[in-house]
Amino acid sequence: MTDRRPLFLERSSYRQRRLGDAARMLPVFGGVLMMLPAIWQRGEAEGAPATSSAMIYVFGGWVALSVAAFVLARWLDPSVTEPSGDAAGSTRGR
Amino acid sequence: MASLNLLIFVSLIYVAFLFAVAFGAERAALRGQGSWLRSPLVYTLSLSIYCTAWTFYGAVGYAARSGMEYLTIYLGPSLVMIGWFWAVRKMVRIGRSQNITSIADLISSRYGKSTLLGVLVTVLAVVGTTPYIALQLQSVTLAVAAFSQADVTMRPLGDQNSTALWVAAGLAFFTVLFGTRNLDANERHHGVVMAVAVEAVVKLFALVAVGVFVVWGIGGGVGATLERIDASPLGTWSVAPDRWLALTALSAAALLCLPRMFQVMVVENEEERHLRTASWAFPLYLMAMSLFVVPIAVVGLDLMPAGENPDLFVLSLPLAEGRSGLALLSFLGGFSSATSMVIVASIALSTMVSNHIVMPIWLSRQAGGAMVSGDVRSVVLLSRRLSIVGVLLLGYFYYRVSGGSTALAAIGLISFSGVAQFLPALLGGIFWRGANRIGALAGLLIGGGVWLWCLFLPSFGPGVILSAETMADGPFGVGWLRPYALFGIAGLDPLVHGVFWSLLLNTTALVGLSLFTFPTPMERLQGAQFVNVFDHTAGARGWSGGMAQSEDLMIMAQRILGAAEAQEMFRRAALAQGLEGYLPEPTADFLQMLERDLAGSVGAATAHAMIGQITGGANISVEDLMAVADETAQIMEHSSQLEAKSAELARTARQLRAANEKLTLLSVQKDAFLSQISHELRTPMTSIRAFSEILRESGDLDVTTRTKYSGIIHEEAERLTRLLDDLLDLSVLENAQVRLTLAEVRLRAILDRAVAATGASGRLRLVRRGAEEMVLNTDMDRLSQVFINLISNAQKYCDAESPELTISAREMDGLLIVDFVDNGTGIAPDSQALIFEKFSRIGHQQAGGAGLGLAICREIMARLGGSITYLPGQQGAGFRVTLPMHGAMAAQ
Repeated sequence: MTDRRPLFLERSSYRQRRLGDAARMLPVFGGVLMMLPAIWQRGEAEGAPATSSAMIYVFGGWVALSVAAFVLARWLDPSVTEPSGDAAGSTRGR
Repeated sequence: MASLNLLIFVSLIYVAFLFAVAFGAERAALRGQGSWLRSPLVYTLSLSIYCTAWTFYGAVGYAARSGMEYLTIYLGPSLVMIGWFWAVRKMVRIGRSQNITSIADLISSRYGKSTLLGVLVTVLAVVGTTPYIALQLQSVTLAVAAFSQADVTMRPLGDQNSTALWVAAGLAFFTVLFGTRNLDANERHHGVVMAVAVEAVVKLFALVAVGVFVVWGIGGGVGATLERIDASPLGTWSVAPDRWLALTALSAAALLCLPRMFQVMVVENEEERHLRTASWAFPLYLMAMSLFVVPIAVVGLDLMPAGENPDLFVLSLPLAEGRSGLALLSFLGGFSSATSMVIVASIALSTMVSNHIVMPIWLSRQAGGAMVSGDVRSVVLLSRRLSIVGVLLLGYFYYRVSGGSTALAAIGLISFSGVAQFLPALLGGIFWRGANRIGALAGLLIGGGVWLWCLFLPSFGPGVILSAETMADGPFGVGWLRPYALFGIAGLDPLVHGVFWSLLLNTTALVGLSLFTFPTPMERLQGAQFVNVFDHTAGARGWSGGMAQSEDLMIMAQRILGAAEAQEMFRRAALAQGLEGYLPEPTADFLQMLERDLAGSVGAATAHAMIGQITGGANISVEDLMAVADETAQIMEHSSQLEAKSAELARTARQLRAANEKLTLLSVQKDAFLSQISHELRTPMTSIRAFSEILRESGDLDVTTRTKYSGIIHEEAERLTRLLDDLLDLSVLENAQVRLTLAEVRLRAILDRAVAATGASGRLRLVRRGAEEMVLNTDMDRLSQVFINLISNAQKYCDAESPELTISAREMDGLLIVDFVDNGTGIAPDSQALIFEKFSRIGHQQAGGAGLGLAICREIMARLGGSITYLPGQQGAGFRVTLPMHGAMAAQ
């Protein structure tokens, strides 16, 4: 039992760190998703999307991002703190 | 038809309801029953003050004018909240650990508690927020006007300004009442937050209700409405890419930088975990708020007469359709949006104005006034209240001056771009330790200046502040300074242009100057605290870990107070809480008591920091560290004082040792003297006895022999008498029984007499020089006795080949100084201290003295108010006699 405990903790803290990475990546992904309309054709130009399709894209993406944020927030352990190893490394670097 | 009276009546009921909610929340929080106040839902809803009347009314108008572009205003903040793990979490953690009260406080604290930065941020925030407050007043006024137009029973409302004034006054009253009720260290306002949360529900419900009515009531369902949208003028995607990017970034920045958002997001945050809920719930709220905007705009454009203000479609559509109940709800939604924003914004601004402008001035005018705590509290509250009224008045005046004509959205974006100037300093401050005060100052000044020039001033319209020529050709014809074409790069959208240049130059200044200047120690300390905030603070601990905390506290207390004392103290505290054992609950009272006790041992700041570290409630602030340093300095000072004291003790011990040695020596001398004096007394007595026996028993002595013998007897008797005289003399002098006969005498006369008395002939040659004509008021007999003694000493002890005594007199500083210096070998240094003692005799040479001469001299000089000292460093023995020229005699 005593042998397995550290292993279990390590796995869970590893998972927590990766979830933190995901939480950091989500807005980047969302930003890219939401900046896509900037390169759409517009106005009278050929192939400019109808407002209804644009609405479905934007609001659909919006809901999807919120759901992803919800899932991440549920999985992230509230007591998890910043991985001190990374932070200490960057501190030493400066 | 909705009547204006009904509208006012409902509004008043609603306001009374909000008062009740706020009051109830304050009461509950005060009684400690506010667990429902601290729910993540309330936190998320309070964030919704991001959606102001600009959103509620303006978004539809925005969509009617520019299509889908309005979405950027909500997408930016949504992305920021989805990315809470980056910035918002860090800001909240910093805000909690450093007790941050506003964005100005955050930036000023980060950059070494710079007052100047605090003032700059505050001023920029006030300038940027005032138009926004004016905008809220305008929207309520417009809404009331729309109602009054629809109300046929009422005469048209003539003076819209009075509406705005009444709204402003009411808001000021509410804000002062609930925003400055208490002066909590963490600046939380439960009543206000609760009221804002309720208003958030009302405005979402109202907008969704109108949206549902439009889509299903008028539009005929989702499909039909979408077709209607595609067929409308807003039918195809028409957003310019530059504006789409710039506005999303701008609104994202605004969420972090707006003073009111900082207030609800960071300052009013109860628990960090609330962010988890807000991270998905807030984007959903914003999505719901913007979902029905396009349908309402399209249907409004379809149904409403041309020229109708699209900003008011939310209100005028239900009115036009005869749904007065819905219109009323919609009005309340807009009213809620406006009021909640104004209340929170004015609280945030008043905190900033009061903390960064009023209080520094007040404190600098009161020397040492900060000592009186109660005094300062009342001043702070007063300055907050005045600031709130001031901010609202400013908003009202802006509304009056601007005339309330500009499109709502334009003012909002200008305001956003103004506060977005904080972003480089903010993000640089929490992510980059290298950012420093000079860089932040320069960035804010340059960014704020460009914003003022390119966005704020032109927003009043050409010819109001900036003339049309300036707009077209630049100031004084300097083309590259044209407000809409800086550096000659024309053709950009004015807003994108202003945002781009202001933020670019701002960031460049921050980074550039930070790279090439050096921060102060305070800045570096704060920088490390802010950037590495997650290293220093664990997540907020709940009370569940209470016992573990108590144990930690006990371990620490034992180390400092001693085991027995600490255990006894903890046991008593536990008993007082009704607990068995040694571990009381770490309640605030107990912690305070413990801190006080510890402070007695280690100093207040250290105790505070230690308990803070263990309970995790508050991180060590720079003040704590500084105070610790102060205490350390004090301790060092104490120890150096101790060192000085011990040095003094060592000195005293040395002196005591010296005195002891002298006493031992004296005792030895006394013994020697006693044997000497018995010898001195016995020698004449022996010869007197012997010769008197000879005279008595042998009667056949011739006259010569008898005369000789009786002469010897007489001589010896005289010697005895002299010795006894000396002893008597000394005893009299020492007991201060001597009577002085003072008279005016010339020094020369005394010296002459002394020389004559010693039979100045002999081998000793006298050299006399100096001011012998001086007149003294002294006892001539006694003084000449001293001189006689000194001269005869020289006669007896001067061992030179041709002995010589120099007597020199002079006056110095009102003192007569007479030096007697001979040319002998003088007196050895180790004997110099003893020659004035009674019975002391230097060496063992037989010179007929009893060792009382100099002792008598010293006593006489003391009676005469002067002194006699050995004068070292001459060729031979030197004595200095010092007498005051005119001073009173010491003796009676």
